[in-house]
Amino acid sequence: MTPAAGREPLSIDVSGVSKSYEAFRALDGVSLHVAAGEFVTLLGPSGSGKTTLLNIIAGFVRPDYGRVRFGDEDVTLRPVNRRGLGMVFQNYALFPHMTVGENVAFPLKVRRVSKEEIGGRVEEVLRLVQLEHLAGRSVTALSGGQRQRVALARAVVFSPQIVLMDEPLSALDKNLREEMQVEIRQLHKKIGATTVYVTHDQREALTMSDRIAVMNKGQIVQYGTPEDVYNSPNSTFAAQFIGETTLLPGMAGDQGMVVCDDCQIRSARPLPAGRELVVALRAERLLLPQECNKFVNRIPARIADVIYQGDSMLVLADVGGGQRLSIRRSLRVGLGGPIPKAGEKLMLGIDPEDVIVVPRT
Amino acid sequence: MLALLSLPALAVMAALLFVPVAWLVALSFIDEHGSVTIANYSRLLADGSLFKSMTLTVQLALVVTLICAVVGYTLAYAITLMPRWLQTISLALVALPFWTSALVRTYAWLVLLQRKGVINKILVGSDLVSEPLHLVHNLVGTMIGMVHIMLPFMVFPLYAAMQRIDADLMRASLGLGASVFYTFRRVYLSQSLPSLAAGIILVFVLSLGFYITPAILGGGRVMVIAMIIERDVNLHLNWGPASAIAVLFLLSVLGLFAIVGRFLSVERIFQGRA
Repeated sequence: MTPAAGREPLSIDVSGVSKSYEAFRALDGVSLHVAAGEFVTLLGPSGSGKTTLLNIIAGFVRPDYGRVRFGDEDVTLRPVNRRGLGMVFQNYALFPHMTVGENVAFPLKVRRVSKEEIGGRVEEVLRLVQLEHLAGRSVTALSGGQRQRVALARAVVFSPQIVLMDEPLSALDKNLREEMQVEIRQLHKKIGATTVYVTHDQREALTMSDRIAVMNKGQIVQYGTPEDVYNSPNSTFAAQFIGETTLLPGMAGDQGMVVCDDCQIRSARPLPAGRELVVALRAERLLLPQECNKFVNRIPARIADVIYQGDSMLVLADVGGGQRLSIRRSLRVGLGGPIPKAGEKLMLGIDPEDVIVVPRT
Repeated sequence: MLALLSLPALAVMAALLFVPVAWLVALSFIDEHGSVTIANYSRLLADGSLFKSMTLTVQLALVVTLICAVVGYTLAYAITLMPRWLQTISLALVALPFWTSALVRTYAWLVLLQRKGVINKILVGSDLVSEPLHLVHNLVGTMIGMVHIMLPFMVFPLYAAMQRIDADLMRASLGLGASVFYTFRRVYLSQSLPSLAAGIILVFVLSLGFYITPAILGGGRVMVIAMIIERDVNLHLNWGPASAIAVLFLLSVLGLFAIVGRFLSVERIFQGRA
């Protein structure tokens, strides 16, 4: 289904939005620009303000300060039911007293679309989510994945210019969730609506987004493409929240060197300002002794545990200063040498290109 | 084999329901000398006051049901919006009438509503009205008393149903563009409708059989069918005429439900899709 004529996706512009609940600052001067047709994920732990921000874009919550614009129009004070949004909710929020077809037809009925057109559009969108054979079924008789598809169909059936999704996959099990991530991604490409998606699952955010807004304590701490956010986190929070990461505190030294407790780590990237720094080491980028060459950083470590996890192996190693590193290796590639044993003392490595350094906060 | 397990229940139903009704019907065809007759019925049909009383009883029950539905729905909805502790207190207050006898409550209303009662004193004292209102010994007083007694039957099923309605569904409806009124009608009302229908039927049927409240608060002006039956038993010292009234009234009510059933599918109501 392509957007109907005159239904080009709209950009979303949030500027300087704040919201407090009594003493709690849910959002603190947040600005966010989502380009027309973009898929943006708000990623953060619970209480980070991501749901509040989505609710402000939706119109369920009115901000204390700041404006929200859709395209050229200021919608800050416009009630939710006049914003023309497609929405997918946590736990689906399907109407239990209606059939699949009636649920999907709901936004069209509200918009007084003619009966014939409703029939055609419902059929079309149900085919899009592969549920055309279930139109007459009660939604209470569906599985979790099917309900999720109905919710998606209901959100896009009227070709909205903007679609908002609030942790739509959180109630599904892991395999189904991964399947649906790909489906939502493809659905977005087909319908082209500007989409804002809320999740606390970093992999979900990385899989689906054009851009990710990492949120913490009511603020957007980083906003960029999945590659940007993963490869170049700008804070200890972003580094730790996305990916499997160990943080080593250290002090700035000469020539891109960071001095940690019992090792010196050189980064090929420019160091952030300030003396107090933190080195962020990704589990899949750390090197075992047999993988090291003479150019890499060396970190003395003692193996604490080796854990078999089917597709990969997780090695836990203690380093100076009481820190514990995680190293993950795919088992299909093999380790190219002996598997480390618990208690063994050895030198781990990390390529300077892979050394992420962020300011200490 | 499993069907046999329902036999005890059937036996209880038969003993407590079918046998007494059959007995009642039989009595209505027997005169004071013990011989079979239709005199009880022919006398009733000639007596215009019976028809008037039946109409009054049904009208009274309908109005009480309507008031209960409106007040009960509003009250149940209001309670669902309250904080938890206040919900508990409110429900206890609604349930309170269950724990006191109808007679006590009815006399309490008499005290409150009479010409020099508390309510009239407040109204006159605050200059809201110049003359005391006629709140009792008439239809108004009867209705007030009956609504008070019937309200819990409406509030409890409705409250239970409203508690189960997912608040996210209202958000979803608004979010997808529905107006507040459309959301209420198609999402909230639709889902509470089965309980509303159940409450209406319950209150209506129970209201048809009221005796104490109209007798005390009606001041002799509100002759409901139960009072006519009682009068006939005392007057004739015989079950026959009173039984005939009861049978006639039972048939009328069943007829009423049959007519309503033609226009309203009970099944649809109970699926919440009316």
